[in-house]
Amino acid sequence: MSSLEIRSLYVALAATPDKPIVKGLDLTIKTGEVHAIMGPNGTGKSTLSKAIAGHPDYVITSGDVLLDGKSILEMEPDERARAGLFLAFQYPSEIPGVSIANFLRAAVQARLAEGEELDATAYYKRLYSKMDLLKIDRKFTSRSVNEGFSGGEKKRCEILQMAMLEPKFSLMDETDSGLDIDALRIVAEGVNTLKGGELGVLLITHYQRLLNYIVPDFVHVMYDGRIVKSGDKSLALELEAKGYDWVKTELAAATA
Amino acid sequence: MKPPSEILAAPDAADEAAAVENPVAGIDQAVGDFTYDVKYEFDAGSGLNESVIRYISGVKKEADWILDFRLKAYQTFLDKPMPTHWATKDLENINFDKIRYYLSQGQKPKRTWDEVPDDIKRTFERLGIPEQERKFLAGVEAQFDSEAAYSNVKDIVAKQGVIFCNSTEALREHPEIFRKWFGKVIPTGDNKFSALNSAVFSGGSFIYVPKGVKVAMPLQAYFRINAENFGQFERTLIIADEGAEVTYMEGCTAPKFSTSTLHSAVVELVALKGAKIQYITVQNWAPNVFNLVTKRAIAMEDAEVKWIDCNIGSRLTMKYPGVVLKGKRARGEVVSIALANDGQHQDTGAKMIHAADDTTSLIVSKSISVGQGRATYRGVVHIPKHLKGCKNNTECDALLINTNSRTDTYPAIVVRGDSHAVQHEASVSKVSEDMIFYMQQRGLTEAQAMSLAVNGFVNDLVRQFPMEYSVELKRLIDLEMEGSVG
Ligand SMILES: Nc1ncnc2c1ncn2[C@@H]1O[C@H](COP(=O)(O)OP(=O)(O)OP(=O)(O)O)[C@@H](O)[C@H]1O
Ligand SMILES: [Mg+2]
Repeated sequence: MSSLEIRSLYVALAATPDKPIVKGLDLTIKTGEVHAIMGPNGTGKSTLSKAIAGHPDYVITSGDVLLDGKSILEMEPDERARAGLFLAFQYPSEIPGVSIANFLRAAVQARLAEGEELDATAYYKRLYSKMDLLKIDRKFTSRSVNEGFSGGEKKRCEILQMAMLEPKFSLMDETDSGLDIDALRIVAEGVNTLKGGELGVLLITHYQRLLNYIVPDFVHVMYDGRIVKSGDKSLALELEAKGYDWVKTELAAATA
Repeated sequence: MKPPSEILAAPDAADEAAAVENPVAGIDQAVGDFTYDVKYEFDAGSGLNESVIRYISGVKKEADWILDFRLKAYQTFLDKPMPTHWATKDLENINFDKIRYYLSQGQKPKRTWDEVPDDIKRTFERLGIPEQERKFLAGVEAQFDSEAAYSNVKDIVAKQGVIFCNSTEALREHPEIFRKWFGKVIPTGDNKFSALNSAVFSGGSFIYVPKGVKVAMPLQAYFRINAENFGQFERTLIIADEGAEVTYMEGCTAPKFSTSTLHSAVVELVALKGAKIQYITVQNWAPNVFNLVTKRAIAMEDAEVKWIDCNIGSRLTMKYPGVVLKGKRARGEVVSIALANDGQHQDTGAKMIHAADDTTSLIVSKSISVGQGRATYRGVVHIPKHLKGCKNNTECDALLINTNSRTDTYPAIVVRGDSHAVQHEASVSKVSEDMIFYMQQRGLTEAQAMSLAVNGFVNDLVRQFPMEYSVELKRLIDLEMEGSVG
């Protein structure tokens, strides 16, 4: 079993290091677990996930992120990725001229030992089976990564990449937004299959709906750069019913 | 050979998967960074004067008309000013007195691979010519310094009546074929550097493809500079007789030297009625090389000429392949890729001179500027008033890899008359930090991510290259990007 430990993490924009966006966040995820994070717009959910992945726009001003007990903060983004960290982006980038097949092939190759050559036949077999699983048309393999994709197609393509790269931990940033009901079910099934095989998930979402399909072990409410409330699946239902004001009021009462 | 259209056919998805090698494989960065001690049997020394030219001509045992041609060219070279009024001032840094204009080991072209000296084989090996390409060496005219050190015109090619040899041999053995066109497509006085080449040329490939002959395999040559301060002045002339078809491929890598080197080639193509010529270049010069090349073709009735030109490296490259569309329905195409890394200036483009009705030209140019690298596109499309039904399509795309990069576009499209169709499109894009991060998040290093982005940018053009070349090109791009990230 692996663990991803976030310890009193402070994150700011590299340009304004004295103005933290994430303000002392603690969270430990183990493989096999699904943690959902919910919270109002602009509370720092994407910032948290990108900072963990090593995006150069952000600096971690204090705290630590540990993968299996070892800090990853000194690692380059690609080293973190190869160590087993995956980020399904809220807004995936387009890479003109680079086909999904070639992109994923390079990513898979990057995980092989030096001198080891990728077995192309096996690779394609695996790619096609994952695509079938996610009901992605095979024609997509030759399309440029995310270029001209619809919102939902981009999200499915993120899940396809996750399925191919078999991370230990996946930070899924609003993967459900933009998905139609069928796609949502397919993506959820995909995640559930992977989860059985030693995957830890941090699910950032605004909608309780997704949690009907991917049942979280923990639900956390993030507000103003911190986790202010944690619970089980029922917390998500409560949030949906009451909105965030309820959390804010409770928080104000607690700190008063 | 296959008609160009077949070679150009885009591979289908399955083919593509098999054909495209891992774009991020390990790279030997020392490639092109070495030199061997070579004793030159003939050496014209540094600097240029009449006696140097007589010396070169003498070593080559040339006919008098060639010596005259050289001497006149030398005079033209002296008279012509540097084109610094429109081009870069960096040209003024070329010190013509320090350049060695002729070196030769005095070898006769060899017939078989076994006969090739070991040190030259070693050179090919160090250049990392992959297995697939070595097989081409069997039919290759490869140039080591000034003279062809190895040449083996494949039997089938010769059997078809194709002449494939170096400039010296061609002018000596087949003047009746080559003299007619030699220096005609590009007159000596075209520019200062074509004049210089005409005075001191040596090496290069001369090819004649007889009427109706379609050369099945691409003819290929490797050029390499192997002496400090040594300029290469190869001269190429390809004549495709009526209905003939030929593809020629030229590749260059050069070792890195501390002092500037000058490379100034002249390439003339003649496509007679209904002929097709495709000329493919992939160049990777050391960052101190001035690469000032004049390339032009003439296309007669229904003929097709296509230049595929890829420029990587060098300090300054100035190259504008052109096609003079002389006969009705002739077609000219220039497809070019230029990569300007830190300290490099790629000044490239195309010239399309329409001189007959219903002629068509297509220019597709993609440039990549990295760091302080600078890419300039210069294009000329000329369609005079008295013609009818001419078409030109020009597309220039630039990719900037960081904010210091610079790109300029100078399209000059002169179209007179109203029955022509001309289109021009230009775009500038950037490799964003987010795109690189996205790729890194999937496990690619920054350099791998950059090179994938660049490969993606040129992908649609690279598909037009023969497979070995597209693989080599990917490798060169990887190599450039390796060095460009901090
Ligand atoms: N690169 C950036 N440049 C400028 N501001 C940023 C940047 N990244 C984050 N911010 C700011 O930090 C705050 C948190 O943004 P973040 O994207 O993390 O929110 P979020 O919780 O993911 O919101 P949403 O639910 O809308 O996706 C916002 O105020 C945002 O404007
Ligand atoms: Mg967000």
